[in-house]
Amino acid sequence: MASFSQFGNDLYSGKRSIDIIGRRRIWYTISAVLVLIALIGPWLRGGYEFGIEFRGGSEFTVSQVATLDQNLASDTVDQAAPGSNPRVSTLGTDSVRVQTDELDQATSTTVQESLAKAYGVPADDVTVSFIGATWGADITTQAIRGLVIFLVLVAIFMAIYFRTWKMAAAALVALLHDLVITAGVYGLTGLEITPAAVIGFLTILGYSLYDTVVVFDKIRENTAHLSDKGTQTFAETVNLAVNQTLVRSINTSVVAALPVASILIIGSFVLGASTLRDISLALLIGIIVGTYSTIFVAAPLYVQFRHGEDKIRKQDARVEADRQRAVKDSVSA
Amino acid sequence: MAQTTAVKKAWKTLIWLAVIFAVLIGTIAGGVLWSTATWTPKLALDLEGGTQIILTPKLESGQDVSQEQLDQAVSIIRQRVDASGVSEAEVTTQGAKNVVVSIPGAPDDATLNRIESSAKLDFRAVLLADVASTATTSTPGATPDPSLSTTPTAVPTNGSDLAWVTPALQSEFDNFDCASTDADDAGQAPADQPLVTCDANGIKYLLGPVEIEGADIADASAGMATTQQGASTGQWVVDISFNDAGTQKFADVTTRLFGLTGVQNQFAIVLDGKVITAPTTGGSFTDGRAQISGSFTQDSAQTLADQLKFGALPIGFTTQSSEKISATLGSTQLMSGLIAGAIGLILVIIYSLIQYRLLGAVTIASLVIAAAMTYLLVTLMSWRIDFRLSLAGVAGLIVAIGITADSFIVYFERIRDELREGKALTSSVQSGWKRAIRTITASDAVNFLAAAVLYVLAVGNVRGFAFTLGLTTIVDILVVILFTHPLMTLLAELPFFRDGHKLSGLDPRALGAVYRGRAQFRAPSASVSAAKKGSSSREAAKRQTIAERKAAELAGTTSGSKAVGSASSSTRTDEGKNS
Repeated sequence: MASFSQFGNDLYSGKRSIDIIGRRRIWYTISAVLVLIALIGPWLRGGYEFGIEFRGGSEFTVSQVATLDQNLASDTVDQAAPGSNPRVSTLGTDSVRVQTDELDQATSTTVQESLAKAYGVPADDVTVSFIGATWGADITTQAIRGLVIFLVLVAIFMAIYFRTWKMAAAALVALLHDLVITAGVYGLTGLEITPAAVIGFLTILGYSLYDTVVVFDKIRENTAHLSDKGTQTFAETVNLAVNQTLVRSINTSVVAALPVASILIIGSFVLGASTLRDISLALLIGIIVGTYSTIFVAAPLYVQFRHGEDKIRKQDARVEADRQRAVKDSVSA
Repeated sequence: MAQTTAVKKAWKTLIWLAVIFAVLIGTIAGGVLWSTATWTPKLALDLEGGTQIILTPKLESGQDVSQEQLDQAVSIIRQRVDASGVSEAEVTTQGAKNVVVSIPGAPDDATLNRIESSAKLDFRAVLLADVASTATTSTPGATPDPSLSTTPTAVPTNGSDLAWVTPALQSEFDNFDCASTDADDAGQAPADQPLVTCDANGIKYLLGPVEIEGADIADASAGMATTQQGASTGQWVVDISFNDAGTQKFADVTTRLFGLTGVQNQFAIVLDGKVITAPTTGGSFTDGRAQISGSFTQDSAQTLADQLKFGALPIGFTTQSSEKISATLGSTQLMSGLIAGAIGLILVIIYSLIQYRLLGAVTIASLVIAAAMTYLLVTLMSWRIDFRLSLAGVAGLIVAIGITADSFIVYFERIRDELREGKALTSSVQSGWKRAIRTITASDAVNFLAAAVLYVLAVGNVRGFAFTLGLTTIVDILVVILFTHPLMTLLAELPFFRDGHKLSGLDPRALGAVYRGRAQFRAPSASVSAAKKGSSSREAAKRQTIAERKAAELAGTTSGSKAVGSASSSTRTDEGKNS
């Protein structure tokens, strides 16, 4: 791994520099394409699939059963109504409860009869009712209100801490980018949106902002002393800061992604479809996209936002002039 | 000398960490011995199951419940359940009229009462009161004579006007028996009509129409009553504050009552048709604050405050069934999650050791400390505020490994940066720390802000998430300040690290400190002349010639992005001079 630490040294000193800011059009294009796919893809597929927690569904309660075998219920329901995502639990000492996506009258009757047959009880002992969403509109409304207030506060916090609202704006654009793409993964793959998935989504929101603040803090440090003596343009200073934190970004995302990836792999291969798989997929994509967007979206955007400022323009012009002069001097020398 | 101060400080900090651990373990141990605490965190509904309570509305014949009322009830019940902790209950509707509440564990009567009671609060002026709790006539519970007049002789001018007391009402009041079962169903009078009811001590009241409703309450909290000197009386009360409309009404009513004498000076606070308290009015209150005293315990005061804060249920409910429900996800999911987390941790350990050599061991030790602290805090919160781990919560904790480890990575990279600038290790650790802690605090502040806002504003699962996020953020910052930094300070004194052993992860030679100075960019004139001296031919070939660069820069002035591109290549050139 000596080569990797050598890579870190070179990035730090600027001996090796990856031109991130300069090639921003490439990154913007990549991001725009990803965002477009994330927005249009799910729409073409037929929209997002919300779980029973959001839409409500049908509930079957089998009472007076002789066995509390939960697999029996899920197998029976899977056969009678394929793709209805049954959730089975036992109630008390002699009942089994099955919740499924909302079923039409005919299917519901079929399920009722199959359950009665499977558990060997009269059909009267299987009650059917409609259940409402456990994740009701009130939870969504409050969560969204909380998020909006958080975003406003965090924008104010960043604007004060970094002493420029432009960093806050760039960070929020990158955040939006991450959320749209992560949400797009759900729409594209047709994974059911469950409360667990929403929690995964919120985790990504935190991670994405966190990552951006870490890198922006280095940018703030490097650009704090833009002075008459500086020999770098603003864009170069930012580029160097991003390069200097590149090793950190790589290490952090690997460390964050490793446990999530192992959950994803175990969740998918060992357990098949599972809550764990649903959350970890969103998290893994989010971590990767979150790290990417900090470097390739937030930082270039920040440079672009400040490019027009008088101070920055003057500094850049002076640096360019100095360089021209230096070239002339050396030629004449 | 500076080092010895730093070392002393490091030891002191580590002792503080030990104290925190001792306090956490001691508190939990105390809780296990003398209270209901356990050594393992409690699990949420999805992992452990709990109790499913089906509530059915108390409806009079012919009365119906609308979907809107049900939704409103679900929302209020959810807030009430959440107010008592972070247990992530599930509340939903079943069929066209039932509400289903699933909560982890087994609920006691207090919890059931908190969930199902309507909590409709009214303020009414007292018209008549009678300590004789039984009926004053010989036939208790007899139906009032239908021939008695039910219309007031004069139109009542305000809520305290005795004109409200019609002969029929007077008879009902006289015949009212607080001990009878009928009294349990009392308190159903319409808001604009007088009400006959009792309080817990068996005093019966004839009250005027509703003056102020529970909906006019802006906030409510439980607290201890204080004397005018500010000393606590040890009595639990519920403090309420009204919204603007309520404040106005409260001021009007208290002003009016203050001028009256006898029982008419009293103001009854009626909850679900029962008088909780009927204090005398000692003045007119214009600040919109009121205090409800009664025979409250801490729990009942808190319950009432929560109920008032979230509003009354549109309808009362009774428990139709309460049954144990099994976990929906089951133990295999949790087990796989934990195994996956463990595998992930091992991968993180391997990666850290490769990346940071022995310094990786510091990461591992810090993560172990963070894990232990998180475990203790989660266990403690399980006991204190009924926090429960759901599968999503477990996943959140696993992701937190990344954010926690990032703090160490940021710190190590800063130390390495300082080493690259040619500083000695001991001073690199200190100056690297100063820069790193700034970044760590700023980024953790963002996470903590997210956690705090969502915890206060959100309900249900989102609130549980916010709690987990806040907890791990606090642990992160505590561990990096109280453990990682002092440990680094002490390790920096060891010859193995100080002399930059190859395996220490802090070898200045590997970090290029000797070969290259700081990443400083001298004035271009100097850099070009330095560059002219030439370094390796390979390097030179990679770079543009001066003429090429000049041409590029001239062309670049016309296009912004191009100028940036060529500028960064000149950065490379500038740097070359140092090698």
